[in-house]
Amino acid sequence: MPAPGAGLSSFVDQVYVLARRSVVRTLRQPANVIGPLVFPMMLLAVNSGGLQAETKLPGFPTTSFVAFALAVPFMQGALFATMNAGTDLARDIQTGFLSRLSLTPMRRLAVLGGQLGGVVTLGLLQAIVYLSVGIAVGVHIKSGVAGVLVLLAFAVFISFAFGALGAFAALRTGSGEAVQGLFPVFFVFLFISSMNIPRNLMSVAWFRDVATANPVSYLIECVRSLIITGWDGEALALGFGIALVVSVVAFALASHALKERMAR
Amino acid sequence: MEGHAIEARGLVRVFKKGPRAVDGIDLDVASGEIYGFLGPNGAGKSTTVLMLTTLLPPTEGTARVGGFDVVREGPQVRSTIGAALQEAALDPLLTGREHLRLQASLQGLPKDVRRARADELLTRVGLTEAADRKVRGYSGGMKRRLDLALALVHSPRILFLDEPTTGLDIQSRTALWEEVARLARDDGVTVFLTTQYLEEADVLADRVGIIDHGKIVAEGTPAELKATVGRPTVEAVPADPADRERASSILAGFGEPCGSERGVAVRLRSGEADLAGIVRALDAEGLKVEQLQLHQPSLDDVFLAKTGRSLEGAAEEEDERARGGLAMEPA
Repeated sequence: MPAPGAGLSSFVDQVYVLARRSVVRTLRQPANVIGPLVFPMMLLAVNSGGLQAETKLPGFPTTSFVAFALAVPFMQGALFATMNAGTDLARDIQTGFLSRLSLTPMRRLAVLGGQLGGVVTLGLLQAIVYLSVGIAVGVHIKSGVAGVLVLLAFAVFISFAFGALGAFAALRTGSGEAVQGLFPVFFVFLFISSMNIPRNLMSVAWFRDVATANPVSYLIECVRSLIITGWDGEALALGFGIALVVSVVAFALASHALKERMAR
Repeated sequence: MEGHAIEARGLVRVFKKGPRAVDGIDLDVASGEIYGFLGPNGAGKSTTVLMLTTLLPPTEGTARVGGFDVVREGPQVRSTIGAALQEAALDPLLTGREHLRLQASLQGLPKDVRRARADELLTRVGLTEAADRKVRGYSGGMKRRLDLALALVHSPRILFLDEPTTGLDIQSRTALWEEVARLARDDGVTVFLTTQYLEEADVLADRVGIIDHGKIVAEGTPAELKATVGRPTVEAVPADPADRERASSILAGFGEPCGSERGVAVRLRSGEADLAGIVRALDAEGLKVEQLQLHQPSLDDVFLAKTGRSLEGAAEEEDERARGGLAMEPA
């Protein structure tokens, strides 16, 4: 006999109410809103001011370093998504709120879906802000309006992927501190990528090799191609492909960790 | 619901690298009953609740709640029960009203019912004025009341309360007791209540199970349990210490002598009904008493008789063991 509540509360409804909770909670923590918006923009301003001369290098793909570097905030925003999703879930585990949710007819995956739904919503808002700031300071999006839509879709995609990684860390460890410990690790991946210079202009061989092997390089180059190149099929395929792989793997890991944690 | 509301047979829970937290529990709780599960910290109360509410699978044994097996029919069990666990599991960033609406949504209540149900429960637990404040601003008593309201959103037939009044002031505790008693009396809700407070079990519970080291050591109504350890005693302290012999011979007519530091004490033959007779006898002899006390056996006396130590002493023991464990942890 099906549990009386489950028939009434569809999976989509459950994801919606939990996603709404995730968004409300984030908006009520100003640091979680201001940080992901201000920090990447500050870094963009500093790097653009300090590294503008890099555009003089032969073969540099654009004359505007702001246009070149605008892809980076999207990755930083994804890192913040990791932290937000992870620390919120870890807090739910530590306070016992996850146990409270477990006692409802809620389907297990709705926990993940709700948390990631909230993260994705905020990731989209962040992406809109980054793009708006970029356009406001004179960046021209080479791929046009359609490219902007693809870019926003990609931002949603990588928010989901990295949010799932944060959720996995939280469910595996049950610890907000462990999730926050991932931040420097992911930041290292960001720095040893094509974040500040195209891979073909990297003169240090080992750094170029590491950046080439680093999946984050392709995520950045996917965004960058839409801004400064137009429609680069290879860059888009690699970026979306890697985001898809990370999403699938991270979501599978998170689902398994959730199943173990909610063993009932 | 046919049969008992809660049944457990040989329930065991062993943690990895840890103790046998629950070591073979059998219990039956009738529908509409308030069952008090009394024991010190670390006795296995919360672990038992986690198993009965499907949050922790048993290592051995079986349990049925609301007629459903806790392992094989988890969703059905969860639809029948409400639970307020040891920690009031609340989101500090949501308001009381938001909590109730979220819970109502997840419990599958229709949209047009959720708001009214939330308002009704907020009124019932006295949180209407604080409903739109974030929970992080609530006192401990308010959090406990919200916790209880959340457990009642879907009108469960069986309610699990894990140490619901720990840390509350007397006023909040009394208010919660009244609500629990009302739920059982007026709504016929079966309540499984764990507590380490003797008074709480004594006042609230229809039947009490005393648990120690994962096993039930005694079970019955509070009166039955107390009767197993003996009859009440009366202690009389004469105003003039020289009257002690006279007091002793008067009281000897009412029961067997037992120890008293300051005066004279007897275990009453017929129970507390003898008290009036004692007063008349002392008055007839013109013997003035400074103090006359009736001591009823307590549930602590029951625990002492069954385990060799008092419940309060057991609580201190567990605290010391926990502190000792912390002190021995590597830096």
